Amino acid sequence: MSLIRLTDITRRYQMGAETVHALRGVSLVIERGEYVAIMGPSGSGKSTLMNLLGCLDTPTSGRYELNGTDVSEMDDNELAEIRNREIGFIFQSFNLLARATALRNVELPMVYAGVPGHERRENALQALEKVGLADRVTHQPNELSGGQRQRVAVARALVNNPSILLADEPTGNLDSRTGAEILSLFDQLSRQGNTIIVVTHEEKVARHTRRIIRIFDGLIASDEPNTPLTEPAPTAMAQGAPVP
Amino acid sequence: MSFLAELWEGLLNALEAVRANKLRSTLTTLGIVIGVVTVTLMAAAIDGLNTAFIRSITAIGADVLFIQKYPWFNEQPWWTTRNRKDMTLADLRAVIRQARLVEGVTGESYGRATVRYGNATAAAVFITATTEQGGLVRGLNLREGRFLTASEVDGARPVIVLGHEVAEAFFPHESPLGKRVTLNQQVFEVVGVLERRGQFMGMFSLDNQVIIPITRFFQQLAWRPNVDIVVKVGDLKRMDEAREEIRGIMRKVRRVEPGAPDDFAINEQAAFIRTFQRVGGVIASVGLFITGLALFVGGIGIMNIMFVSVAERTREIGLRKALGARPRAILVQFLIEAAIICLLGGLIGLGIAWGVTYGVQSLIPARMSPVVVAVAVGVSVATGLLAGFFPAWRAARMNPVDALRAE
Repeated sequence: MSLIRLTDITRRYQMGAETVHALRGVSLVIERGEYVAIMGPSGSGKSTLMNLLGCLDTPTSGRYELNGTDVSEMDDNELAEIRNREIGFIFQSFNLLARATALRNVELPMVYAGVPGHERRENALQALEKVGLADRVTHQPNELSGGQRQRVAVARALVNNPSILLADEPTGNLDSRTGAEILSLFDQLSRQGNTIIVVTHEEKVARHTRRIIRIFDGLIASDEPNTPLTEPAPTAMAQGAPVP
Repeated sequence: MSFLAELWEGLLNALEAVRANKLRSTLTTLGIVIGVVTVTLMAAAIDGLNTAFIRSITAIGADVLFIQKYPWFNEQPWWTTRNRKDMTLADLRAVIRQARLVEGVTGESYGRATVRYGNATAAAVFITATTEQGGLVRGLNLREGRFLTASEVDGARPVIVLGHEVAEAFFPHESPLGKRVTLNQQVFEVVGVLERRGQFMGMFSLDNQVIIPITRFFQQLAWRPNVDIVVKVGDLKRMDEAREEIRGIMRKVRRVEPGAPDDFAINEQAAFIRTFQRVGGVIASVGLFITGLALFVGGIGIMNIMFVSVAERTREIGLRKALGARPRAILVQFLIEAAIICLLGGLIGLGIAWGVTYGVQSLIPARMSPVVVAVAVGVSVATGLLAGFFPAWRAARMNPVDALRAE
């Protein structure tokens, strides 16, 4: 059973009088443990595809099976539950709650999963440790650097043990050095067996992955394996050491 | 996620949002504060008046019937009762002789007269003319001396029982017993003084009066003799029976044709209270409606600010949804935020209203009961929930894709 199976997915939007065909028939299979980049220029439909993959949106037609479950016909409540359990989102602008500590931000998905308080705290601390922020748990986002914020977001995405990490331009708001730090964190997570899908328009980001899917005009233009760049030792990164 | 956990999470978020927007929350709360203050004060005033009224009305006695020419609350057109015969001492005697189900019967008549003792004068003192049973029926207690006796009433003797206030005014340093006072130039001998009784409905002093035999009153002082027959039944369970018995006696002695309506009325405290509660209920609803408008305006303020709050936090809503918040969780979060703001306003308002109530207690009989407090808190939370519902619902229905994209 594949983790993700898209069959002939289309998505149309009504923009005033005009109908926009964002996706015109996309079929795609992603297996557990893959590290995939979805690329394409703006307006290509890659954001729409990401929204569908992340169960934020449902297709106009076609079938989306996630973990063997058809999610294309689900209602808002069921989708919320699927997102909570199966998807870990990482956004370009981090999207942390500004007035909450790192710990509480990471706890948030577990709140909606109904995890009891003490367990939440434990898991959140573990996740923050995993991204190298064990000493920043009580800091609020405005007391953290951009890279640290994104690592809080990664911890938040990881904390419910989702099937997919879905990152939308994860380095878009970071300088190249911190961006590289986050990417090597992704590489490390991939090596640990996480399925990661990165939506990006930067070749440099895509080159970290092992498969690059290019979207153009609402269709898959190419879908090729990629040999990732070699990486520095992940442990050094986690301790915040400079990355070449 | 369980509903309780949702409530708790909503509470945390709400407190955080209120703390983050202190000035805004305070200003928004102001509308609710004013609303709650006015509603609470209104309720406290109504409640206080009710209590004061009931307290003085019970001085009448729940087990006492008043057979009078007119009902206290006339529900017939006035011209149908206008030509009723006066009630006479003959009517009173018939009731005294024939009523079996009662503990005591007296006849009363009222007037005003100038009281004089030596050089001291008091104008327009209230006179209650009654029989020897008056003390029992009206539950009067004597400070000194005795009440009227049967022979004094039968013989129309010039004796008088003074109210507490009258006795204090004329005889500050001596006992009034045996002294002679004049009522409109008629000499009366003081035989007793009543204990202090207080006021009736906060305006009529029960102590600024004198009591004389009704027979004497009709001989010398009454302008148009009319008797109120006052009956103490003594047992609330027998009220209906006693009323029927007296009705029969009265119809016979007044020669009312069979089938014709009564030409007298049998009044009682319960009817008084019923009517008051009906009238009071109308006043209360109108008053609460008008003051409720203030609360309504406050509620609109809350709704407004909640729309702003939802719009400001569109991205946050999108994020929460992406992380797995169901629509209901978002709804609850914003509902609680609105409810918390209103609850804070309600508590502040309650505090102010309590202070005001406490302050005016010496002037008007205002009273803040636990019921009023509970209602004020309940109403402010309900206002929050109502006013917050539409904004919260809008937040709950937001499309996560659009919400996440919002600037």
